[in-house]
Amino acid sequence: MSATDDWTFLRQERIEPLPPPSARAGAFGWLRANLFAGPGNTVMTLLCIALIAWVVPPLVRFFLVDAVWTGADGSVCLASPAQPNPGACWAFIRVWFSYFVYGFYPYDERWRVDLFFVALVFGFVWLLRLSMPRRDLGALYFFVALPILSYVLLHGAPLIGLSVVSTSLWGGILVTVVVAAIGMVFSLPLGILLALGRRSELPVIRMASVAFIEFVRGVPVITVLFMASVMLPLFVPERFAPDKLVRALIGVTLFASAYMAEVVRGGLAAVPRGQYEAANALGFGYWPMMALVILPQALRITLPNIVNTFIGLFKDTTLVFVVGIFDFLRTIEAARADPKWAGPNTTVTGYAFAALFYFACCYGMSRYARRMEIRLARSVRR
Amino acid sequence: MIEGADSQRAEPLPDIAVEVVGLNKWYGEFHVLRDINLKVARGERIVICGPSGGGKSTLLRCINRLEGWQQGRIIVDGNELTEDPKQIVAVRRDVGMVFQHFNLFPHLTVLENCTLAPIWVRHMPKKEAETLAMSYLARVKIPDQAGKYPARLSGGQQQRVAIARALCMNPNILLFDEPTSALDPEMVKEVLDTMVELASDGITMLVVSHEMGFARQVADRVILMDDGQIVEISAPKEFFSHPRHERTRLFLQQILH
Repeated sequence: MSATDDWTFLRQERIEPLPPPSARAGAFGWLRANLFAGPGNTVMTLLCIALIAWVVPPLVRFFLVDAVWTGADGSVCLASPAQPNPGACWAFIRVWFSYFVYGFYPYDERWRVDLFFVALVFGFVWLLRLSMPRRDLGALYFFVALPILSYVLLHGAPLIGLSVVSTSLWGGILVTVVVAAIGMVFSLPLGILLALGRRSELPVIRMASVAFIEFVRGVPVITVLFMASVMLPLFVPERFAPDKLVRALIGVTLFASAYMAEVVRGGLAAVPRGQYEAANALGFGYWPMMALVILPQALRITLPNIVNTFIGLFKDTTLVFVVGIFDFLRTIEAARADPKWAGPNTTVTGYAFAALFYFACCYGMSRYARRMEIRLARSVRR
Repeated sequence: MIEGADSQRAEPLPDIAVEVVGLNKWYGEFHVLRDINLKVARGERIVICGPSGGGKSTLLRCINRLEGWQQGRIIVDGNELTEDPKQIVAVRRDVGMVFQHFNLFPHLTVLENCTLAPIWVRHMPKKEAETLAMSYLARVKIPDQAGKYPARLSGGQQQRVAIARALCMNPNILLFDEPTSALDPEMVKEVLDTMVELASDGITMLVVSHEMGFARQVADRVILMDDGQIVEISAPKEFFSHPRHERTRLFLQQILH
């Protein structure tokens, strides 16, 4: 009898929803749950604390406490009775800072570079901050107005009184930013076209895309740079042979676009077939379908990988030094070789400064991508 | 008739909406459509049923050329579907399609889903397209969801948006490819009700479906397809009470218990 009591059931009252049971609160509860949840966990926590205690204080001492902040030449950074253990030589960075930013760009014209930086940052903010007004105009500014403005500012336009500054004088962060920005702006559309080409139904286009992608991906970036630098002039008459920096730009862009193509192809493959069919059934042709339906979804899916490629591209810009261009890292190399500043701490500080710069830029890109991902995910999924 | 559909065209539409002549299609070695012949009159409502793998969906997808074929002809609203991409696009603009899995564009809101094709394919001004879309969203009874993304809607609501999206192109012919098969049982009715209401408007409809109640209620003719061929075409009354073909009897036994 009792075994069949709950054999049938009829609900008499609705169960009202209740809040979930609250987690253990307070700092102590948090510590217990996150750092000392069990013996293994506790051991790991202690090991990590030991590692931090071992690594961090010497770094802080070297880069901040014992660091030399001012001085006119390298002697201030050398060991002496007054400072037996000198730390990082920030004086070196201060003295050479403008060289790291502008290279040999003529002193009187450097305001043009500053203006370019401002215009670029303005463009980035307008284009990338989703809350900005009229982002369509922002895109127009970024992709049309900004390149022209940058060319006029940096290269010069004698007609309006801006003297021509040869690219051989450009250097430092200016070159790094120009190479990276142009590489990013051109490699994405080029990569999209290559990815579409690789999925094309026309054999000629498909084979050409595959050949380009596989060839460029199968070759080290330094080789691509050398080839762009040495072989490009063979194909065009001497008079029109592009500038050394332009050749490097083409090399970097082509290299990045091959990788971008593969990234975008992955995104295109991830868009369900039903999306193509729905667009076709509504009467869309190939290009409107791609631009309005497929690519917005594919690029969303691949956003983390696109940014990953951008970060790789940003770091690859350091390789343009092999064709004799003074990018940011190369200017540090050149400055640390200055006999006036020779010394072990100068070198370490120079490289630390470079690492800090590259890390700040790449981490910024990565954080932005993460925020975009979260935002896009919120709008599309539940 | 859908409002405005005729006003855009100078010539009156032919009386035959869809004509399929001697259609044969193979997937590799597999003969998926075998000598299909079918004439659909303007305003007619056809329900195609039959076991899965029988070629129902494939036939439907040939009518707006989502799939190609090897032999035979299909003429839609007097235009023959050829390899010519222009001709294909012209036919697709006038033939709406509703899919089993809705295939709404997930990156666009409900309203944008409905206005995308009118704006970019029909070159309609945005305001006008939005007014049009809202009127159709009202007809499928979800105007209040216009600003939401499809993922926030239930399956039944998504399918009704898909119907509104197809209607926004003012099609002369609507194709439904198993529109209720992917829905939770409780949502089938709201979609079928929408389709019944459309049917009463007189638009030409070809529906692949197993909803026999719907077929009984609105179909002018019911088609049974099996093994890549048309087995029987009958008025619903005959189809359900006096099926003429052995295969039809068997099919009805299986699904009506």
